[in-house]
Amino acid sequence: MEDMLSIITSLIAGSIRVSIPIAFAALGGTLSERSGIINMGLEGTMLIGAFFGVVGSYFTNNVWLGLLTAMLAGALCGLLHAVLTIRFKCEHVLAGVGINVLASGLTVVLLQMIWDTKGKSAEVASFSNISVPGLDQIPVLKDILGEVSPMLILLAISVVGVWFLLYRTVFGLRARVIGENPEAAGSMGINVYRTQYICVILCGILAAMGGAYMSIGDIHMFSRDMVSGRGFIALAVVIFGGWHPAGAWLGSLLFGLAQSLQYRLQSGSIPPQLVQMLPYVATIVVLIFARGSSRRAPAAEGKHYYAKGEQ
Amino acid sequence: MYAVEMRGITKRFRNVVANDNVDLVVKRGEIHSLLGENGAGKSTLMNILYGMYAPTSGEIRVQGRSVTIENPLKAIELGIAMVHQHFMLIEPMTVAENVVLGYEPKKNGCFDLKKAIADVDKLARDYGLFVDAKEKVENLSVGTKQRVEILKALYRKAEILILDEPTAVLTPQEVADLFKVLRQLKESGKTILIITHKLKETLELADTVTILRKGQVITSVPVGEMDEAKLAELMVGRIVAFDAEKAAAPGEHKVVMALRGATVVKEKRAVLENVSLEIRAGEILGIAGVEGNGQTELIDVLTGLQKLHGGAVVLEGKQLPSARLTPRAMLEAGVGHIPEDRGKRGFVGGFTIAENLILGYHRRKEFDNHGLIRIKARDAFAERVAEQYDVRMDSIRDTVGSLSGGNQQKVIIGRVFAQDPKVIIAAQPTRGVDIGAIEYIHAQLLKMREAGKAILLISADLEELTKLSDEIAVLYAGHIVDKRPAKEYDEKTLGALMTGHAQGVEEKEA
Repeated sequence: MEDMLSIITSLIAGSIRVSIPIAFAALGGTLSERSGIINMGLEGTMLIGAFFGVVGSYFTNNVWLGLLTAMLAGALCGLLHAVLTIRFKCEHVLAGVGINVLASGLTVVLLQMIWDTKGKSAEVASFSNISVPGLDQIPVLKDILGEVSPMLILLAISVVGVWFLLYRTVFGLRARVIGENPEAAGSMGINVYRTQYICVILCGILAAMGGAYMSIGDIHMFSRDMVSGRGFIALAVVIFGGWHPAGAWLGSLLFGLAQSLQYRLQSGSIPPQLVQMLPYVATIVVLIFARGSSRRAPAAEGKHYYAKGEQ
Repeated sequence: MYAVEMRGITKRFRNVVANDNVDLVVKRGEIHSLLGENGAGKSTLMNILYGMYAPTSGEIRVQGRSVTIENPLKAIELGIAMVHQHFMLIEPMTVAENVVLGYEPKKNGCFDLKKAIADVDKLARDYGLFVDAKEKVENLSVGTKQRVEILKALYRKAEILILDEPTAVLTPQEVADLFKVLRQLKESGKTILIITHKLKETLELADTVTILRKGQVITSVPVGEMDEAKLAELMVGRIVAFDAEKAAAPGEHKVVMALRGATVVKEKRAVLENVSLEIRAGEILGIAGVEGNGQTELIDVLTGLQKLHGGAVVLEGKQLPSARLTPRAMLEAGVGHIPEDRGKRGFVGGFTIAENLILGYHRRKEFDNHGLIRIKARDAFAERVAEQYDVRMDSIRDTVGSLSGGNQQKVIIGRVFAQDPKVIIAAQPTRGVDIGAIEYIHAQLLKMREAGKAILLISADLEELTKLSDEIAVLYAGHIVDKRPAKEYDEKTLGALMTGHAQGVEEKEA
């Protein structure tokens, strides 16, 4: 019985850990999509975040400065996506795919330049878990949340922050309006482009934080294409979470569960190839059900807005 | 002093001149009608005044001061507000959030929703515009949504209110309510500009009318000096025949198509319930009703787009088995369809006129050579039909999307009529097309009637309905609540029946 309990707690703790990068990216995607811009480039932005987290940490030997470097790089990715989609009216999906390809290539080139390798970076300083006062005293719960990554705390703050921004501030009201009907916002004298730029850049920062967790939060290095589809899962989570920050986190936890179940089951008798499919199959299944949910996408998502009759 | 003076306004879009040296002078505190056909340049002119477009040249004065209006924000600061034809509302949000947008009340740096609701409630009471500030916009009727738009203008302390085709989507009762509100606003000193192509409304509501044609101002006169015929002539540039001749069609008027107890259920609610009607050769059966009372489903049933949950469709005396109730089978059986939303179901905008003219009929032997399109036959057919139905174009290879609304509609009508249908389901055949094209389409429908076709006409335009129909059935909440010869109705009784305000209907509403 004791054994069963420890399996469950470690499964939950594992789910939370695995869900962190997806949750950051999904949170960013939620913000971006609420303002009407689809960010297909979450995957690439995460990869850039993972890479520059390591770069920053490597050169400063300070993991926090590493995270900051990742966030700056993510902001630039967001800016790039914003310029492409808002300024140049590029199809949102295409711009995102471009960023993904760019990130995949750029990180390998820089890996070669800095560490003279195509595979893995050097080991760098990374976050170590901190104990949470109070929680580390409660039985069972202490095994799950007693010691956590500081980035999990940052994630919790981000979830609340994005929720507050979207639902409690004037900026958020305007962003949501733009996602539904940018013409209406424009006709009320709201600066549509500026609001969208801010949302997409914030999205880039959040996605990069998710990426950085994978490199300097979970392990101590960057390895080539290490994000491996989590950015796309995050896109699915945005939908599954009903374009709501809390939904984005809950959805990520679900995928985290699928992922950590997969690790557990790999030791069993089921062929590992089948087990490894679990998180992706879960993505598809969940999306089928999410389609039937009552929440709907922002009406103007993915559409271009032309201010002042520009064409 | 004038509220608005626009002098020598010219606006070019690439090669098109939308406004050509236009002068518009609006007195303070008047209702001013901007009258013209589609494409005459009314909306462009108002978009310039509202800062949505920059004029190529010209001067604007507001309340006597020369101004440059770079964007809507500037217009709002100058006390100008615009109610767009397509409402600029955010459906999933509340009335209060929609109204305060751009000027949100704040508390401690956060959006203060409570104050927004209180402010909007007070504003609505002050002006007698009955709206619940807490209600979500998606739950409101079209007329109420328009009131929300007007509230938006008043919340911004607008002195000059521009309304773009405000009655296009309203029922007669809602139009009456709107006019009451507008007169009230005029009383309180506001200046109102309405963009319209409706002559009656101009005569009824406006103090002054400015008539635009092809981007130029034809004249600007007090409405008192005008009547309907004069306005129409000035607007179109020629004398317009208002009363289409309607002689009784020869021959026996036997029933060609009929519905027997048709029932359609959507989301567990009957949107059509036990509806029976008969469409006769050589007659037009009109359907009156406010949108959302089952006319869409009625059209869809008759054209095979909607499965029946009860009842039957009868064509030429034979009940159609449900396997035959498909769009393809209905087209092949000779049921022609002019869809209510032409942009959605009427044509493919990116396809050419020739391609659109055979859409749905492309399997006919004359166009289909074992799966290959007979290009020559198609083009010859398209040239003939486009000519016959007066489609104004450069070539049959133009895309339909590039045509005006009236010409798009002529393409659809040409496609249907050229196939010699037995039955014609004509839904909103003149929606959003200008007077010239309306006149033409009406004449064509009557010609089909005289040729012995059985026609069902669904229209939100009651004048059109009473003028063309032999018989009118009123659809309300999925039921036919009244059916009489068209002569026995006037617009007022129809309006009342359509909104359920008639004896015997009220209980159903409760």
